[in-house]
Amino acid sequence: MGLATFKGGVHPYEGKELSENKPVQILMPKGEMVYPMSQHIGAPATPLVKKGDKVLAGQKIGEASGFISANVICSVSGTVKAIEPRRVANGTMANSIIVENDGEYTTVEGLGADRDPATLSKEEIRAIVKEAGIVGLGGAGFPTHVKLTPKDENAIDYILVNGAECEPYLTSDYRMMMEEPEKIVGGLKVILQLFDKAKGVIGIENNKPEAIKKLKEMVKDEPRIEVCELLTKYPQGGERSLINAITGRKVNSSMLPADAGCIVDNIDTVIAIYMAVCKTTPLMRRIVTVTGDAIVDPRNFNVKIGTNMQELIDAAGGFKSEPEKVIAGGPMMGMAMFDLNIPITKTNSALLCLTKDEVAANEETPCIRCGKCVSACPSHIVPVMMMKAALKRDCEEFEKLNGMECMECGSCTYVCPAKRPLTQAFKDMRKLVMANRRKKA
Amino acid sequence: MGKLLNVSSSPHVRSKETTQSIMLDVCIAMLPATAFGVVQFGINALLVLIATVVACVLSEYVFEKVTKKPITICDLSAVVTGMILALNCPASIPLWIPMLGGVFAIVVVKQLYGGLGQNFMNPALAARCFLLISFAGKMSNFTLDGWTGATPLAVLKNGGEVDLAAMFIGKIPGTIGEVSVIALLIGAAYLVFKKVITLRIPVTYIATVAVFTLIFGGFDINYTLAHICGGGLIFGAFFMATDYVTSPITPKGQIVFGILLGVLTGLFRMFGGSAEGVSYAIIISNLLVPLIERFTLPVAFGKEGKKS
Repeated sequence: MGLATFKGGVHPYEGKELSENKPVQILMPKGEMVYPMSQHIGAPATPLVKKGDKVLAGQKIGEASGFISANVICSVSGTVKAIEPRRVANGTMANSIIVENDGEYTTVEGLGADRDPATLSKEEIRAIVKEAGIVGLGGAGFPTHVKLTPKDENAIDYILVNGAECEPYLTSDYRMMMEEPEKIVGGLKVILQLFDKAKGVIGIENNKPEAIKKLKEMVKDEPRIEVCELLTKYPQGGERSLINAITGRKVNSSMLPADAGCIVDNIDTVIAIYMAVCKTTPLMRRIVTVTGDAIVDPRNFNVKIGTNMQELIDAAGGFKSEPEKVIAGGPMMGMAMFDLNIPITKTNSALLCLTKDEVAANEETPCIRCGKCVSACPSHIVPVMMMKAALKRDCEEFEKLNGMECMECGSCTYVCPAKRPLTQAFKDMRKLVMANRRKKA
Repeated sequence: MGKLLNVSSSPHVRSKETTQSIMLDVCIAMLPATAFGVVQFGINALLVLIATVVACVLSEYVFEKVTKKPITICDLSAVVTGMILALNCPASIPLWIPMLGGVFAIVVVKQLYGGLGQNFMNPALAARCFLLISFAGKMSNFTLDGWTGATPLAVLKNGGEVDLAAMFIGKIPGTIGEVSVIALLIGAAYLVFKKVITLRIPVTYIATVAVFTLIFGGFDINYTLAHICGGGLIFGAFFMATDYVTSPITPKGQIVFGILLGVLTGLFRMFGGSAEGVSYAIIISNLLVPLIERFTLPVAFGKEGKKS
């Protein structure tokens, strides 16, 4: 057989059956909309509107404030109520534009107009992507126009579309592959137009045979595009794991995918590129899976960015029993939130509501040196030793053990029989090392 | 705002495996060999087993109570230690001897060094070696069917012939748990199937012993097979050398460890004073684990061919 894969990784309970057969449903928000100016990696956007201004759906309300930054687009029509710090999914407060939704969804002029990408130059395409506020929708939120502008565009020979969706429970990418495959292929063709030497590969885990079949059928007449079937294993959708599985190349922490000739974009990101370039529609919505054993009717929604999370929970029938934990994203790398008065942002792929918090239910015990973390680590480093360095807060030793190669995927913590908070300690150490580096610089 | 939800840093899910479940699997895996030992050597074997396990668990409980540490007997690691120690004793031994060994294993070798995960020697084996030195006669008094006989490897060392089939099944004198190769392999297969152990250490260990005895034993297949089936090699390779705490965590290190064990066992058996040598080979190799790990760290992903 020999399906494309990588060394290391784990097999957590998938939980995808809860929502994988639920078609994406459009959700029209009712209440106020919150647009944080920081929904991406890089400098926060600068508000372009002020209190009392009338805004339209599709209007740019936040301007990218630097090269690595992204625009913010209003997803409804209404009035700006306030510009103030609001709580976001990662627990911090972010400056946000609050819009009172008038329920009319009046759009800016020309929104939705068809556009033929063949008539556009490379620079025009990049400018459209930038203007549309597109960032990596898989979770990292790296501004897409930056990714599409590598130092040497002729060095890029692979455009990888990440359809692995390796995080348990998540089905938003799967639904899009099933429902709008033509947009994925269309978006990929737009990207390929930017890179003459590249070929496009759509990587999909083999737990989604229907999606593989569908996309293979879609691309059978596309000479520059193929579909790669991947072995189902977490973190197959991690950028480095995906590149390794499909191309055999290896990217470490000090490299960008472009250094290995690759550009990786998530399924929903590619659709966003298609919508912006071919349909003149900026990034105003995203697909969110609302799922977990606490949800009455788990399903997938097409949600306007800025919608309150509570509205999504209500739309999925509410809670059937009190959740202990609500996670923005998947269970392996998502963020737990202490309440639901938080807006959906560009990078929220799911709301996972669990009645049991496995973290709180498991007590930490001494390390028995079983070495399972070593076999699970996709970065081929030694979590058990890094943990010793982390407990001593010994940055030098941590770096010597290649601790900075950790991608915080959580595989080591997942397998640990002693239930030690390895990833958590490493995140802390990595921040400490970064802070020290900045101090020195 | 109502009740606050739980918040913690990702990941938010955990595998079902716990230290306790792993230890339980190890106990289960030793059951075939234990059952065989009890059937073959009689009720006394069972008494030795119970006494040793009780001594281990009780001494762990008392030590932790006295030193006001959390009680950890529920993780079953003391049960595993007790079982391994008992299976390493002859059935004819007076009960107080393995019980003393159990206390030594838990208090001196394990707890005084910081408890589970901190000991640098396999507690059961260190205790066995302690007993072997202290009570040499009683620890090597092997009786089978009323006959006191030499173990096959002792016979072999003195130039005698051995019955390989009997060794494979276990119809030979020896300690309670080491005699039946087939029973041990059933348990080992269970451990591999449950992914408690990998084959790296046992296979390299046994293969090295095979190569060693083949070369220095004059390329006699029967001689080599006797060395593999006898002297507790199978028991040691699958159940003691694979002890997590005292074996290397790095994959390459495990292979180095297995080879080292094989060479030491071969040396002790063929050029040393005693006919066996598995226990000594393992505890000496245990001491070298930190060193082995230091030189066998895996190369980080994407850092091949680069200096860190």
